[in-house]
Amino acid sequence: MTQPLTQTTPPAKRPVLREPYPTDLKPYKPGLAERLYLPLIGGLMVTLRHFFRNLLGRGKMYTIEYPEKRREYSHRFRGHHILTSRPDGSLRCVACYLCAQACPAECIHIEAGEHPDVNIEKYPVVYEIDMLRCIFCGYCVDACPEEAIIMSNNYDMAYFTREQSIVGKNDLMKPFTFDESQLGYRPSFPEEDAKRSRMRRDAFDIVAAAKRAQELEETAARGRR
Amino acid sequence: MQTLAPPIPDTAAPELETVRVKFPEGSVMPQEGLDQPTWIVRRDVLSEVCRELKENPATRFDMLLDLCGVDFPDRVERFEAVYHLYSLQRGARLRLKVPMKEDEIVLPSLIPVWVGANWPEREAYDMFGFKFEGHPNLRRLLCHEGFQGHPLRKDYDPARRWILTEDKIYKPHFDLPEGEDDLFERMTVNIGPSHPAMHGTFRLMAVMDGETIVASDVEIGYLHRCFEKMSETHTWSQVIPYTDRLNYCSSFINNVGYCRTVEKMLGVEVPPRAVWARTILSEFSRIMDHCVCNGTTLVDAGALTNFWYMLQPREEIYGLLESVCGARLTVSACRIGGLIHDLPPDFMERSRRLLEIIPPFIEDVEKLVDRNRIWLDRSVGVAAITGEEAVGWGWTGPCLRASGVPYDVRRAHPYDLYDTLDWEVPVLYGGDVYDRYRIRMMEMRESLKIIRQLLDRGMPEGPHIVDDPHVALPPKDAVYNQMETMIYHFKLVMDGIQVPEGELYSMVEGANGELGFYAISDGTGKPYRLHARGPCLQLFQAFPRLITGGSLSDSIVSLGGLNIIAGELER
Repeated sequence: MTQPLTQTTPPAKRPVLREPYPTDLKPYKPGLAERLYLPLIGGLMVTLRHFFRNLLGRGKMYTIEYPEKRREYSHRFRGHHILTSRPDGSLRCVACYLCAQACPAECIHIEAGEHPDVNIEKYPVVYEIDMLRCIFCGYCVDACPEEAIIMSNNYDMAYFTREQSIVGKNDLMKPFTFDESQLGYRPSFPEEDAKRSRMRRDAFDIVAAAKRAQELEETAARGRR
Repeated sequence: MQTLAPPIPDTAAPELETVRVKFPEGSVMPQEGLDQPTWIVRRDVLSEVCRELKENPATRFDMLLDLCGVDFPDRVERFEAVYHLYSLQRGARLRLKVPMKEDEIVLPSLIPVWVGANWPEREAYDMFGFKFEGHPNLRRLLCHEGFQGHPLRKDYDPARRWILTEDKIYKPHFDLPEGEDDLFERMTVNIGPSHPAMHGTFRLMAVMDGETIVASDVEIGYLHRCFEKMSETHTWSQVIPYTDRLNYCSSFINNVGYCRTVEKMLGVEVPPRAVWARTILSEFSRIMDHCVCNGTTLVDAGALTNFWYMLQPREEIYGLLESVCGARLTVSACRIGGLIHDLPPDFMERSRRLLEIIPPFIEDVEKLVDRNRIWLDRSVGVAAITGEEAVGWGWTGPCLRASGVPYDVRRAHPYDLYDTLDWEVPVLYGGDVYDRYRIRMMEMRESLKIIRQLLDRGMPEGPHIVDDPHVALPPKDAVYNQMETMIYHFKLVMDGIQVPEGELYSMVEGANGELGFYAISDGTGKPYRLHARGPCLQLFQAFPRLITGGSLSDSIVSLGGLNIIAGELER
């Protein structure tokens, strides 16, 4: 049961300030047992307990053998960005510059162009994120009015040169293999599905749209061949 | 016997008047309408005013909490030095402002009054070029010696870069006793800046006489990242990720401290659900910070096993934080007016599980070292400081409480839900490394007590962030579907939160002590001035005093016991 927060338990014993301040030191005085090193036996029992527990595989190991094993992150993890696409496979971004404006690290560079479709005003000709500058705070996701940029839970990014770290439109569209489990921080999470309007759920099925985009690209590639 | 009472924000406080009338007309003037009593003091009487404020039994401002400068290029008296004083006995605060013209920025040094004015004055000299008459070592603190200009002045271009040449490298300043020049017997040892024992990047230079340190000096600033200058060029909400990097062992508390400052300026009331979650996560962060501090201190003494035991609860708490906000270390989990996102559905279960996981690790470490003579020999009586002296240095937090002064912001100036909970402020009287270690262990248990009580109360229903489109981003559903909300959303992102004109000092109990933010707003979307008062600066300036007379290996243990976090120290 939720209790009202205004309910106050009786105030705890308020600490009394000695007047004047302590000018003398009263350090801890070791007793006879301590001077005879006796408590060390208790300490050795602790390490022995841990030793045998780990030896028998009963203890929880906190180290992870990366990269063979990976840490399980929640679906809110703020990792590599994803640019989402519309059902027809084109970028959802309308180049409104909100993400670039909201970014505290100023790592997003956008150049807008006129969209061929008259119903859509603009699209990003260039959309680059400097991953070395990015602090993965998620402000771009919060700022986006189109759900065009979200984050994945991909955290291992390594580059050989600084130029490689500036990630463009194409790489931002495909950092994940189109699997819901690889999505990270985004405006709404699966547990909030009930809260989302039906319209939005249909319009923003990111995984389906990404799959569609991939299929389109494959068809186009086959056609070129 | 007096208790720490909450302060009364009353500018016409009678005890302040008794001091004020002692000075000539016009030299000390109260400024009305601010968050705490404020005086405008002429600089020629500053030294006497401060001495009187400290020694008058009616006021007893025994601690200089903070000193910072402000630049108003449009005013005739362009610069302002702002002192924040605190009286531990009365729980009262006072702000002193000293306006100065550009060509006469000379102030009396307050080191004779509060010994802890040393580094704050050096910082003000570094950042604004204030000259402090009588300061023994008035040199740059955070910027290097090759730096030209004063970066926090408004006319300084933030993009300027300066090269440090070898001839300008910091030369240590030693307080050696006069008349002793048998330097053949002595040797200067340099440790750091890149040294595993230095916990970050500090440089310690110690003059050794055999195994004993006779004098020492520290150089800091290797992790200075212009937090205050950066916040002047970003909107109020964009500063939150920067605060993560202050004390990166407990970044959530920094978030809370900063957001509370802005919320107070805005007059926003945070929803109960967010307040509840902030209190819980702050306490988890405090446990985490104490775990790291105690773990690394014990490593410095050679007790490596404890490091593993102490870092395991931290790993679990990181998991909880990550499930709330999506990051482990730099959480950015608070937003002005609430939290980044609603709490995950399994928040209660996870928190309860943590309450079961953490205590065994604390017990294990206590069994290993609490009464272990090897640890006792290394820590009892090492780097000891009395409560009186610690107050003079401006110490706060666990280190001050280990010296017998029970000052805790959560109890003295309660915020969030702390005054509704049953918990105690642990105090010890040894003032040494052992008591600093013990006090952190005790505080972890108190934090667990706080969390358990809050979880028993249950999660309050309601929104996680304030429903005000001028402060918090509106819900995304509405942004996608409603024109008006979309406009609010754009306005808020493009212009930032419009904080009304004014100034405010607000504090929380960080893991290391009082973490205060002094913010000035000029009514635009960006902070005019934001000063962070981290506890580390005051703690670390006493370090040369602490280690003098001890051995070099003791200095390493005492550095660990102080829990100096470079990110907060150097901002």
